[in-house]
Amino acid sequence: MFNFRKSVATVMAAASLTGLLGIAPAQAQTLKVVMHSDLKILDPIWTTAYIVRNHGYLVWDTLFAMDEKFEVKPQMVDKWEVSPDKLTWTFTLRDGLEWHDGKPVTAEDCVASIKRWAAKDSMGQKLMGSVKSLDVVDAKTFKMTMTEPYGLVLESLGKPSSNVPFMMPARVAATDPNTQIKVEDVVGSGPFIFKRDEWKPGEKTVYVKNPKYKPRSEAPSGLAGGKVAKVDRVEWIWISDVQTQVGAIQNGEIDMIESPGHDLLPLLAKDKNISLVTTNPTGNQYTFRFNSTAKPFDNAKVRHAVFVAFAQDDFLKATIGDPKYYKVCKAPFICGTPLATDAGMADVLNGNAAKAKQLLTEAGYDGTPIVLMQSTDLQVLTNLAPVAKAQLERAGFKVDLVAMDWQTLVARRVKKDPPSQGGWHAFLTSWVAADILNPVMAGFFNASCDKAMFGWPCDATIEKFRDQFSKESDPAKQKAIVEALQKYWVDHPTHINVGQWYAPLARRNTVEGNMIAPVTVFWNVTKK
Amino acid sequence: MLDFIVRRLIAIIPVLTVVAVFVFLMLRLTPGDPAAVIAGDNATSDQIDDIRRKLGLDEPIWTQFVIWISNMLQGNFGESFFFKKTVAELIAQRVEPTLALAVCTLVFAVTLSVPLGVLAAYRQGSMLDRVVMGFSVLGFSVPGFVIGYCLIYVFAIELGWLPVQGYIRIGVNFWAFLERMVLPSLTLSVGFIALISRITRASVLEVLNEDYIRTARAKGLSNRVVLMRHALRNAAVPILTVIGLGIAILIGGAVVTESVFGLPGLGRLTVEAVLSRDFPTIQTVILMFSVVYVVINLLIDISYTLFDPRIRY
Repeated sequence: MFNFRKSVATVMAAASLTGLLGIAPAQAQTLKVVMHSDLKILDPIWTTAYIVRNHGYLVWDTLFAMDEKFEVKPQMVDKWEVSPDKLTWTFTLRDGLEWHDGKPVTAEDCVASIKRWAAKDSMGQKLMGSVKSLDVVDAKTFKMTMTEPYGLVLESLGKPSSNVPFMMPARVAATDPNTQIKVEDVVGSGPFIFKRDEWKPGEKTVYVKNPKYKPRSEAPSGLAGGKVAKVDRVEWIWISDVQTQVGAIQNGEIDMIESPGHDLLPLLAKDKNISLVTTNPTGNQYTFRFNSTAKPFDNAKVRHAVFVAFAQDDFLKATIGDPKYYKVCKAPFICGTPLATDAGMADVLNGNAAKAKQLLTEAGYDGTPIVLMQSTDLQVLTNLAPVAKAQLERAGFKVDLVAMDWQTLVARRVKKDPPSQGGWHAFLTSWVAADILNPVMAGFFNASCDKAMFGWPCDATIEKFRDQFSKESDPAKQKAIVEALQKYWVDHPTHINVGQWYAPLARRNTVEGNMIAPVTVFWNVTKK
Repeated sequence: MLDFIVRRLIAIIPVLTVVAVFVFLMLRLTPGDPAAVIAGDNATSDQIDDIRRKLGLDEPIWTQFVIWISNMLQGNFGESFFFKKTVAELIAQRVEPTLALAVCTLVFAVTLSVPLGVLAAYRQGSMLDRVVMGFSVLGFSVPGFVIGYCLIYVFAIELGWLPVQGYIRIGVNFWAFLERMVLPSLTLSVGFIALISRITRASVLEVLNEDYIRTARAKGLSNRVVLMRHALRNAAVPILTVIGLGIAILIGGAVVTESVFGLPGLGRLTVEAVLSRDFPTIQTVILMFSVVYVVINLLIDISYTLFDPRIRY
């Protein structure tokens, strides 16, 4: 009779022997990951979507990058110099940088890439406002000449989140910034190569290790340092259903889930083969955004009353639940980062409804219902608006909660119509901490009226502080400016930070080495 | 017959015209802006306006409609706002999983439900009849995604017999393809089996009371011959009608099933396109589903002639 167990044992023994003798064929390591979204768009300059930013980090490289301690370090740049008058910055590229098509990376490519990025990104626009010219010196060197000293040159070029100043070949960077680059132009110089022929939107996106990539010699840290690809292939598998994602990782069909839903974390935590790892220690920040052009929020005192009425704990309990994954934090520039401070925040975010009521009376609030938009299809946002409604009503506001899907909200929030005619008063969203580390980077602090983000706050004092900050390079003075800004902003808020939260990634125990960084990146990751 | 087919095919034109106008207007009237979706969360109003202009969404609605229709008439279904791919390419990539799911479900459902329905009718009032009818009530009542999750838990996670999700193309590895089709087609066919078995039972019961069945029995024909040759054949028309109507259920069910089992088919493409307001993709997919629905029902009408010689077109 055929003995199945014995046959299997024989085959296994033979397999181990060939392995010991070193004659087993090398097996390509493939990391299968479910990201937070499907990759539909390929151009990280055309959109600010985080999934496209993450795709960008695999394919393209950056001149500078932020490390784990929030310090900007050189990445593609070998050395740089600043003239004593701080008006000329000269950058020299590292040796051996090469595009995936085999052509060398040149200074001309970098100049074209910076220009395209700066045309789209708000921090880039601010930088270019102080740039007189950007010139190629030689194949590896380019020069940035300023009209006035600018304090955030390196911070801008090393911006960690959307839009990231990724370097692209000059012919690609020549694409109109408002037009998406072509699929065949997804050519970078980063540690992984995008497999155009295997990209099936809605199914999977494939990257293979770039064999010619020359990592920096420094140890990897955050988004900086040596980017060593330790797996041969990264596959982003798209599974839209969160429950199925969990089933797939439990069954070993995938190796990692970038952001499993908070309600499914207990289920994953019970599985011995799976670990939950928080790789982004700064996490995310929930934010309540005012439409500062619509009555009554055109009155700073009414906005301040909301600040006084809110308490972060309620928002965080209602959405995240487990205190392990949230933090009450009054600092708008994120607790645990260099610019975190509670300056001016003592009397706000304490849930003081009585004081808020008094402020509303003083401000002459006439009972206009607040049109509060609620996103109902994104689990991490859904419960925020009902909490806001309850806290606002406790303070004496009338609130009209309007439920809609996120895409409808996104379309409505750009409308400047009166709230009763299709416009809005407020909504809640979430920012990745890496996007809001200082007042120039943080889009909701932009108070330049029509040029500001939706909500369009118009405040010359805030703009003056942002300007001062952008021209200051001394960290101590930067912090002093932030403290002064914050004290003013509390009374004239453009938005309200309602708590910090974290989303761990789930990975099988065979996977290790995920970087501690604000973006999920795939260098240094190993799979046993 | 040829006349009938030509007339029915010509009748597709007004149907598609109405669908095209309806879908186009519905998408434009529904809140949501693809430019805002593309631009992402950190974009300013100016950036969104720029993208809107590039996509031609700043044109008046009637201009957009004329451009779309004239392109469609030239066989140009447009380019997805997001994927930088033509809609035709996107659909071509997604047809196979949906077609495979539909075929497996139909085969599975018909081969199981028709015999069950016939047996239930033949043994009316028996335990078998009650079980079949009980199952059909359950099949109607339990949502597809619940059945899907239960099957995943039992057969994939607990027993480890089948994969949880994913799709392997039929030409790449046939067995892997089959493995990945079992649970989704079983999930989708539950409602279908419930519907067809119930209708089959009712139709066969009705026929079994006809005089010609009594005559057939009086002639001494075996139960099998009476059931298969006389009863089922005469009961076939309503069963075929239900199968035809069931295609709509199949299309709707594919949306849920493909999401639960991670199948990259047309159902999921539709959901993703709707969520991101990818107008060219939604318009084309819905028109395509309409054509499929009309053509399948035409084929069902034609097939009536095979079962009922009294029907002539």
